[in-house]
Amino acid sequence: MTATATAPMLTPADRMPLERREPTPPRQPMTSGRWQDALFERTTQAFALLVLLVLVAIIGSLIYGALPALEKFGAAFFVTNVWNPVTKQFGALAPIYGTLVTSGIALLIGIPVSFGIAVFLTEMCPPLLKRPLGTAVELLAAIPSIIYGMWGLFVFAPIFGDYVQPFLAKTFGNIWLIAPLFQGAPNGIGMLSAGVILSVMVIPFIASVMRDVFEIVPPVLKESAYGIGCTTWEVVWNIVLPYTKVGVIGGIMLGLGRALGETMAVTFVIGNAYRISPSLFEAGNSIASALANEFNEASDPIHLSSLITLGLVLFMLTFVVLACSRLLLAQLAKSEGRQT
Amino acid sequence: MAGHTGRYQRRLLINRWNLAMSLMTMAFGMAFLLWILATLFLRGFEALAPTLFTQMTPPPGSDGGLLNAIFGSFLMVLVATLISTPIGILAGIYLAEYGKDGWIANVTRFINDILLSAPSIVIGLFVYTVYVAKVQHYSGWAGSCALALLAIPVVVRTTENMLRLVPNSLREAAIALGAPMWKVILMVTLKAVRAGVITGILLAVARISGETAPLLFTALNNQFWGIDMNAPMANLPVVIFQFAMSPFKEWQQLAWAGALLITLAVLLLNILARTLFRQGVAK
Repeated sequence: MTATATAPMLTPADRMPLERREPTPPRQPMTSGRWQDALFERTTQAFALLVLLVLVAIIGSLIYGALPALEKFGAAFFVTNVWNPVTKQFGALAPIYGTLVTSGIALLIGIPVSFGIAVFLTEMCPPLLKRPLGTAVELLAAIPSIIYGMWGLFVFAPIFGDYVQPFLAKTFGNIWLIAPLFQGAPNGIGMLSAGVILSVMVIPFIASVMRDVFEIVPPVLKESAYGIGCTTWEVVWNIVLPYTKVGVIGGIMLGLGRALGETMAVTFVIGNAYRISPSLFEAGNSIASALANEFNEASDPIHLSSLITLGLVLFMLTFVVLACSRLLLAQLAKSEGRQT
Repeated sequence: MAGHTGRYQRRLLINRWNLAMSLMTMAFGMAFLLWILATLFLRGFEALAPTLFTQMTPPPGSDGGLLNAIFGSFLMVLVATLISTPIGILAGIYLAEYGKDGWIANVTRFINDILLSAPSIVIGLFVYTVYVAKVQHYSGWAGSCALALLAIPVVVRTTENMLRLVPNSLREAAIALGAPMWKVILMVTLKAVRAGVITGILLAVARISGETAPLLFTALNNQFWGIDMNAPMANLPVVIFQFAMSPFKEWQQLAWAGALLITLAVLLLNILARTLFRQGVAK
């Protein structure tokens, strides 16, 4: 049993000195996948550009459709309050006013409620309930808009008209300056009902952004505040809110963007009247509800074009608001990245 | 000393009051959720009947079902999903794997986020002006296009977010084995986040199945059974809208039944997507 007996059989190639051994060429040249790679990259890029193209096409087609109305009425279209398909006179002031007022009411109620929900979810909620309650709030956003509309018309509006509106009229109806807001017949249908329902619809959007930005506050900041004896509320108000200010405003803008364009829920309860009235109890119209109600019945080209112009105004308005929202949230994310 | 404790008491009181208010706002939100769901279940179950799934939408004043509307909705959502899924995934791949922080990717990401929240009625208006107005008739295809346009941003967003979660070591390992980039992306990274991407698709389906506004000017409605996508097509949301706004009792009943069906479908899709996502991430 010598060492040589166990040595394996050696082939002539193995006997060659290592440095002289020829490398076996790869089965495929290294470049073979390159054109497929390039093709794949270009394809994905084309689809990404498609998203941009959609936006350009939306704006382009709306402007094209709006041209006849803009040529006929000019800038006066946006500041006159007339909507008469018979005489073919159109002005967009009433729907624009209705859109802004209902969205304003939605934010007035939605912001404090969303803030409260976000504070509850981040600071007070027992860990066990955090996820189910967070999901429940997000489910509010998942309920289709038309369900809000039906519920609003058949269930919410009668109760609102019977109990809440008379109460508001009695409480605020005699206070100087805001009294005109609460005049008129409390029948449950109108700008105020639409605004309240909108507020419930935007709460999940604002609340989940607020919750997410509240959670990025570094624990050490909050702990130091607690350490010098701050109460939970003082920590939220003086530490968390200033730190996340930009993100909170971004979340509010997101909610506003949603409220401006909301269609079905508003269409059911706003009453569909081209009217500008100081009273929030009166029926009104928003851009989206005007489109939903009238577009299919409009046969006259100038009527159609006026409605498309309304659509253009709505799209531009939401575009600006949502763009601000994105920029603010991106700014918060960036400064957050710099600090950590 | 008395002043000190008094001030401390006040701070505690403010704290307690505000936290109680915060609890109230949570209760406010939950109350609305429960109120809406309770209404829906009470009125919907009352109207629920087997004939919903066997009969067509009736003329005013008679009984009927929702079969054509359910089928129409299903078909249009299916087509919209088939259109939007590949587009959304490929665009998402570009943003996460190629574009990264280049200007094309940044602009696309920004625009996509805006389209994500753009008013759906404007999307309907857009499809009307470029398609319906040109061919001079409403159609199921137009409805599907409008829905697809709403679904694409959701799919793009989730695909990109999911791909960004993939650790680079996975990509490097595949590249080191000599795989070309497209194979790495399709067979390694995309596969690794399969659950997340499917979540995105389910969320997109949930979003578009309840949409009414974009269908008003595109698919319109149809009282009869039809599988011709090139004709006006019955669909649940628009049927609900028309029936709920009508003065007829039978129609309103059907609207509540339809509303219950749609909400159940949307909520189930949402919950399914969430559980799938959680399991996928846990793995």
